[in-house]
Amino acid sequence: MIAPALFAVFAAIAVVSALSVILQRNPVTSALFLVVTFCSLAGIYLVLHAEFIGMVQVIVYAGAIMVLFLFVIMYLNLGRDIETGLQIALRRGVGWLMGFALLAAGVALFRHPWAAGPPAPPGPPVGNTQAIGLLLYSRYLFPFEVTSMLLLVAMVGVVVIARGRRAPGPAADLPPGAATGAEPRGDA
Amino acid sequence: MTPVPAPQLIALDWWALGAVIALSAGAMLLLLLEFVPAKPGSSRAAVLSLLTLAISAAAVFVARDARRSIFDGMFVHDGFTVFFTLLFCAIGAVSVLLSWDYVRRTGIHHAEYYVLLLCATLGMIVMAASNDLITIFVGLELMSLGLYVLVGFRRAHLESNEAALKYFLLGAFASGFLLYGIALLYGATGTTSLTRMAAFLSESPLRGNPMFVAGGLLLLTGFAFKVAAVPFHMWTPDAYDGAPTSVTAFMSAGAKAAGFAALLRVGLTALGGMPAEWGPILSAIAILTMTVGNVTALLQTNLKRMLAYSSIAHAGYILVALVAGGRDGASAALFYLAVYSFMNLGAFGIVTMLGRGREERVLVSDLAGLGFRQPLVGLAMTVFMISLGGIPPTAGFMGKVYVFKVALGAGLVPLVIIGVLNSVVSVFYYLRVTVALYMQEPQGEPTEVSWAAPAVVALLVTLALTLWWGIQAHDLLLEAQRSVMGLL
Amino acid sequence: MREYIPVLLFLLVAFGFAAGTIALSSIIVPLRRNAVKNSAYECGVVPMGDARQRVAIKFYLVAVLFILFDIEAVFLYPWAVAFRQLGLYGLVEMALFIVVLFIGYVYLLKKRALEWE
Repeated sequence: MIAPALFAVFAAIAVVSALSVILQRNPVTSALFLVVTFCSLAGIYLVLHAEFIGMVQVIVYAGAIMVLFLFVIMYLNLGRDIETGLQIALRRGVGWLMGFALLAAGVALFRHPWAAGPPAPPGPPVGNTQAIGLLLYSRYLFPFEVTSMLLLVAMVGVVVIARGRRAPGPAADLPPGAATGAEPRGDA
Repeated sequence: MTPVPAPQLIALDWWALGAVIALSAGAMLLLLLEFVPAKPGSSRAAVLSLLTLAISAAAVFVARDARRSIFDGMFVHDGFTVFFTLLFCAIGAVSVLLSWDYVRRTGIHHAEYYVLLLCATLGMIVMAASNDLITIFVGLELMSLGLYVLVGFRRAHLESNEAALKYFLLGAFASGFLLYGIALLYGATGTTSLTRMAAFLSESPLRGNPMFVAGGLLLLTGFAFKVAAVPFHMWTPDAYDGAPTSVTAFMSAGAKAAGFAALLRVGLTALGGMPAEWGPILSAIAILTMTVGNVTALLQTNLKRMLAYSSIAHAGYILVALVAGGRDGASAALFYLAVYSFMNLGAFGIVTMLGRGREERVLVSDLAGLGFRQPLVGLAMTVFMISLGGIPPTAGFMGKVYVFKVALGAGLVPLVIIGVLNSVVSVFYYLRVTVALYMQEPQGEPTEVSWAAPAVVALLVTLALTLWWGIQAHDLLLEAQRSVMGLL
Repeated sequence: MREYIPVLLFLLVAFGFAAGTIALSSIIVPLRRNAVKNSAYECGVVPMGDARQRVAIKFYLVAVLFILFDIEAVFLYPWAVAFRQLGLYGLVEMALFIVVLFIGYVYLLKKRALEWE
C-alpha cells in the first residue's frame, strides 16, 4: 500500500522536475532541476528495493556528473539563446515530429504483449548490495578488471586533452585564442 | 538466471589471457616510465609498444589451437579470438611503425600517444573475444575512449579538436543506443551471455517479440556507427580528416574490424546466424553504404577524405557478406577485413609520409609527379589503389571475389550486381590517384616525402601482404573459415 | 519500507529547517530595497561586469578526475559489503583494480595534474 503511494510521489516529482529541466530558460536552473530528477529516481529505486542503484544514482549522478554539468555550463558561459527565431522554430518542429514518432513507436510496441524474460529469482528482502557485490566480483570479474583499464585511459585522456603541459620545449604552434585557460602543449 | 553463485577461486587459464595481460602491463609500464627521464626524441615508447604487441601476439599464437571459455564466457579463447587478436596486434604494430616518425615531425611525440594506442588495441581484443554483451560493451568503450583522445591528440590544431568533438559526441550517442539495445535484449532473454541467450531463444518463440526486435536493432545501430555504415557515417570524413594521419590509419582498420568482430560474434553465437528480420535492413544498409561511400568519394580532392569515404564503401562490401549470413558469409567477412586492414593501412601510411616537418600534404593534387620522383611511393600507392579498387592480382580483388561468391551462393543477385557496379565506380577515384602520381605535373612546390625506416618497414609489410594474399589467398581463407568454425 | 522511516524523518527535519529559516527571515527582516543594496556584494567594492564568467579549463580536469575516483569508490562499496564471503580472492581482485588506478594516480602526480599553480 505504502510502496505504490511512494512511487507515485517520486514519479510525480521526477516528471515535473524533468519538464522543468527543458522548460527553464536559465541553464543553471535546468541543471539544478536535473539534480531533483536524479534524486527522485533514486527514491524510485529505493522503493523497488534496488538500494545499490539508488546509492550510485545519488553519488555518481546527482553528485559527480552534475558537478561536471555545472562546470561545463560555466565554461561555455551560456547566457541566452543566440539563435534566431527561424532556427528555433525549425528545431522545435523537428523536435515535435521526433517526439510524435517516438510516441507512435511506443504505442505500436506496447500494443503487443511484451513477453517477459525468465522470472528473476527472489532476492533478499532488503539490502541487495551484497548480492551485487557477490556477482560483480565473481562472475563479472573480467569486465570489472577491464573497467580499471577504462578508468586509466580516461585519466590519461583527460590529462592529454585538458592539460598536456610537458617539460619545457619550443612553443607549440597554438593559434591565439584557440584554447582558453590552457597552456600550449610543448614538444617533447 | 542462476542464483548468486558462491565465489570461489576460478581455476584460471592465465595463458589464455596472455594478450590482455601483456597489453595492460605494457600500457601501465609506459605510464610509469614517465618517471625515468628519456633523451629528447627517444624512441623508447614506440619500441616498448612494439614489444608489447609482439608479446601479446606471440602469447595468443602459441596457444592458437586451444579452446577455453573462462570467467563464465566473459572471455573466450577460440579460433575467432585468435584470428582477431593477431589481426589487431598486427594493425597496432603497423600503426606504431607508421607513427614512429610521424608523431615526431608533427610535434605530438608523447608516451601517452602509445599508451592510448595500446589501450585501444586492448579494447578491440576484448570486443572480439567475449561471449557476453557486458564485456563487449566495456571493450568497445575502452577502444572508443582511446580513439577519441587520439583523434584530438593534436591539441593545437582546430581541425583535430573539431574531429575529436564530433567523433566523441556521435560516438557517445552510438554507445547509448548500443547500451539500450543490450538492456532490451537482457529484458527479453534474462541474460547478457551470448550462449545463454542462444539457449533461451532456441526454446522460446521470442523471435518476433517487439522488445527483442527493438533490442537487436538498437544493437545493430550501435555497431553500424562503429563500422561507419550509412546512415551512421556522418562522423567519418571529419574524424578521419582531422585526426593525425597515423591515428586515421589505425582507426580505419582497427575500429572497423573490431565493430564487425563483435557484430559477427553476437550474430553467430546469440542470434543463431543473422536473424531473418535483419536481412532486409542489413541489405538496405549495405546498398546505401556502398553507394553513398563510393559516389561521395568521387567528389573528394582531399586524399584523407577520399580514403574515409572509401572506407565507408568497404564497410558496405563486408555488410554484403553479413547479409549472406551463416559461417560462409562470416568467413568471407573475416577474409575481407584482414585484407582491407592492410591495404588501407598501407594507403594511409603513404599519406603519413607526405610532407616534411609539420607540413602535411593531403590533397590528391599533392601527389602530382610523385610516381617518378619517388618510385617506391608511387609503386606502393598504385598497388594499394588497385587493391582497394578490387583489381587483380591483388588481395582486394580476392576479397571481393569471396564476398560476392558467398552472396551469389545465398541468392543475393541484386546485391551482388549493385556491389559490382559500385566497384566499377570506385575504380574511377582510385585511378585518379594513380593518374596524379604518374601523369600530372606538380603545381607549385612539389611534395617532399619524409623517409623513415620504421614507416618503410610498415609500407613493405603491407605491400607484401597485399600482393601475397592476391596470389595466395587460399591460406588466409582457410584460416578465416577455421576461426569461424571454432566459435565457442 | 520500515527501515527508511529514519531517513524520512531526517528529510522532513532538513526540509522543515530550511523552509522555516527562509520563512522566518522573510517575516522578521525589514524590507527597504534600493539599487545599491540589490547589487552583488563584493566586499564593499563596486561590482564590475557579470558574475558569470568563463571558468578556467583547470576546473574541468579536476572535475573529471573527481568522477573517475568517485567511480572507484562506488566499486569499493559492494565489495566491502560482500568482503567476508569473497575472502582472499576478493582481496586480490580488488588489489589488482586499485593497483591499476594507483598507477594512473602516480601518473597524474608526475604530470602535476593535481597541482593548481
